[in-house]
Amino acid sequence: MSWVWFHKLGSPPHFYRIAGRWVRWLAWPAVLLGAYGLIGGLAIAPADYQQGEGYRIVYVHAPAAWLSLMIYTTMAVSAAVGLIWRMNVAHAVAASCATIGASFTVLALATGSLWGKPMWGTYWEWDPRLTSELLLLFLYLGYIGLRSAIEDIPRADRASAVLAIVGVVNVPIIHYSVVWWNSLHQVASVMKLDRPSMPTSMLLPLLSMFLAATLLFVALMLTRARGEVLRRERTARWIGEALQQESA
Amino acid sequence: MNWLAMGGYAQYVWPSYALTLIVIALNIWWARRSLARARQEAHRRIATQKERA
Repeated sequence: MSWVWFHKLGSPPHFYRIAGRWVRWLAWPAVLLGAYGLIGGLAIAPADYQQGEGYRIVYVHAPAAWLSLMIYTTMAVSAAVGLIWRMNVAHAVAASCATIGASFTVLALATGSLWGKPMWGTYWEWDPRLTSELLLLFLYLGYIGLRSAIEDIPRADRASAVLAIVGVVNVPIIHYSVVWWNSLHQVASVMKLDRPSMPTSMLLPLLSMFLAATLLFVALMLTRARGEVLRRERTARWIGEALQQESA
Repeated sequence: MNWLAMGGYAQYVWPSYALTLIVIALNIWWARRSLARARQEAHRRIATQKERA
């Protein structure tokens, strides 16, 4: 495999330009897939035989929870890449993940709470899945807090990278918490090696929502990362040229 | 309007979807604002660098 694309993406001017182009190509598929998931999930999919219409929260809850884990993993991996190869673009990506990830963790917790009330009879329980997901939110907030406490960007990059990498152990704990411990939370229906345990008319809108959420995240992250790249290139001449081209 | 009642789960289903829309809208706004600010800062930096030169 050629590593040229990796080195190219590591070049700030190239990344800035390419990322700007990608955002548009990601945003429209995200809107279309999200619209299909919304209609399919709220109107076309049949009611659940146990949970009735209440299960429809899954179409926003599960993608939000998926994002909360996937974004943290992306943040930790790119922080590690930035640390090991001293790659500013990777640090820019890591820094762009935190706010997005934290907001979707809040959403996963809130929609889960709204689902838990009718099904379990409580908004909150100190259950392994819920507690480890709450810990994930604190990891995100710690990361954001640490970054904002250090003014020098390269130092903030290095310090927050260590926190991100250490915290990544929580990701498999969250995922397997429903298997390892007795949990109120139901086990995975889609994210498992076996075949998904639901009919196609339920599954397709859900998969569409997962994909829409992922594309939305990449578009949001790239938009932010372009700004982060500008912040890290204090004196580079390409910035003046790039900004001039954009305003032209 | 049976559909809106969500089989008695309306008070849980609709707030979930409303919250999701709010989080998505906020994220789009924040991301664009973050990039716009970085561009403004870069503009200002370039201007002061030119003045010094």
